[in-house]
Amino acid sequence: MSTPVESSLWGRLDDPAADAGYADHPKRKGFFTDTSVCIGCKACEVACKEWNQVPDDGFLLTGMSYDNSQQLGASTWRHVAFVEKPIDVPAPVDLGMPTIGSEDQGAVSGDAGVRWLMSSDVCKHCTHAACLDVCPTGALFRTEFGTVVVQPDVCNGCGYCVPACPYGVIDLRKEDGRAFKCTLCYDRLKDDQTPACAQACPTESIQFGDLDELHERADRRLAELHEKGVDVARLYGRDPEDGVGGDGAFFLLLDEPEVYGLPPDPVVTTRDIGSIWKHVGAAAGALVAVGVASFLGRRR
Amino acid sequence: MSFRERAMVPEPEFESYYGRPILKQPTWKTPDVPLYLFLGGLAGASAVLAEGAALTGRPALEKVARLAAAGGAAGGTVALVHDLGRPERFLNMLRVIKPTSPLSVGSFILAPFGALAGAAAASQVTGVLPRLGRLAGAGAAALGPPLATYTAALVANTAVPAWHEAHRELPFVFAGSGAQAAGGLAMMLVPTDQAGPARRMALGGAAVEILAAEGILKKGLVAEPYDQGRPGKLMKVARFATAAAAAATVVGGRSRVLSALAGATYLTASLATRFGVFEAGLESARDPKYVVVPQKERLARKQTGGAAAHTAG
Repeated sequence: MSTPVESSLWGRLDDPAADAGYADHPKRKGFFTDTSVCIGCKACEVACKEWNQVPDDGFLLTGMSYDNSQQLGASTWRHVAFVEKPIDVPAPVDLGMPTIGSEDQGAVSGDAGVRWLMSSDVCKHCTHAACLDVCPTGALFRTEFGTVVVQPDVCNGCGYCVPACPYGVIDLRKEDGRAFKCTLCYDRLKDDQTPACAQACPTESIQFGDLDELHERADRRLAELHEKGVDVARLYGRDPEDGVGGDGAFFLLLDEPEVYGLPPDPVVTTRDIGSIWKHVGAAAGALVAVGVASFLGRRR
Repeated sequence: MSFRERAMVPEPEFESYYGRPILKQPTWKTPDVPLYLFLGGLAGASAVLAEGAALTGRPALEKVARLAAAGGAAGGTVALVHDLGRPERFLNMLRVIKPTSPLSVGSFILAPFGALAGAAAASQVTGVLPRLGRLAGAGAAALGPPLATYTAALVANTAVPAWHEAHRELPFVFAGSGAQAAGGLAMMLVPTDQAGPARRMALGGAAVEILAAEGILKKGLVAEPYDQGRPGKLMKVARFATAAAAAATVVGGRSRVLSALAGATYLTASLATRFGVFEAGLESARDPKYVVVPQKERLARKQTGGAAAHTAG
């Protein structure tokens, strides 16, 4: 049996807004990002920047792929990952048909053995959000929509949320000193609007809505893909029993999570806070014992 | 060069996104935060030493330890505030109290500790209000051990594997390291006839720290950053200095010169431990293998072992 206090820190929790103290609140909102239809257009990145007035994150060309924003950060709240993975394509069987030219076009371009994966990453708005748990000022809070938002007027830039996030999402903005991340367009939600990224997505790869409905939609999509033989399709962050109690923003992926730069089995650090404090207490006791023992015995 | 040290564990194979880190690099600055870890330990254990010295009539030891407690707390507070992205908002630390945030709990330990240790030291130096000074000193001594150890919760309560997976051992490493620092400083500055408790405290701290640190090193892949590169070197310096200082304490504790040298070595060891632990965490966050490999193993265990795979908190 888990007490309410335990479920606040870890395990299944169906209504994080109620757990945070909202008596009357709208349904939990979230994102379902179906990466199987992402075309890597980055409209989400641009729309997010425009709407939220997020400063530039450097004009760097990485040279590794079409991904130049590289990772989520204080000034990158949506990040489109471009995965180029070599795959083994069976050599085409020569049917003896007449051909034009001498070589296969695909072989010439070098694209034949490469598979492209694109995925728009975002803050997961965890059910058990480590950033929120460790924030000492209360700047990070749970909204009535079940999302996790930083209050810039409270944040003092202590940076505790940064290493606490198991997904590496939140970061300090150097020139500003405070922590920033996706707000799931808190301002737009309050006006019954769709977040900017989902609004801008041309393929409905980013879907916004009530989380329970998105779960149903994702399950249907997964079944459909499996039926078509796309066995690699899997949902990520969908399971309310996982290490963070499930994500408010979850994904349909076509490869292992780590291929997209996502942790395979994230766990909220505060799951262990009881054990951590217990050991701190025991160690403090040991220090007292060492202190007392130092003054016992010989008097010199 | 095949003569160089060979890895005992073969490099694990894992996939990643162009080798990029999964976790964000902690933004805590060097030397601010490792220095604070050191000063907090020094101050907390010194407050205990000061109260013991007051109770057993060792004025020279009491004075040094009171000043170390106050100075360590003041210096540590400066380092912490300087580390903030918005230092002018440091008072926001006391806006709420959250048991899930060791930094919040720690602020509510550090603030009263600093005030009490400062008052005790001021009374000691000026001779004003001696009874209130003693009372303040007793309060600081009560808050000292939590101050010296909560910083382990601070680093352990993160997603950084090298810190989080060591959450059972790190509090003892920090307790031992704090005792070493406090004992070591007193050994340097207090005449040997009053420094007996300081020697025993440093020696006891050394034993606790070495045992706890050994426990961390046994943890396989997640502990690798404590054993390799710059943090690995720092941890080795810490271990060697601790052992050397402990030996010097046992052999020549009553020689003024040897005692001072041993004290300085204890301080060096404590500093090296704090910087080593801190930098091991940075390294652990930088390389995706420390995140991916253990998590994949955990998932595999869950799939084969079912519910039994959930590790006890």
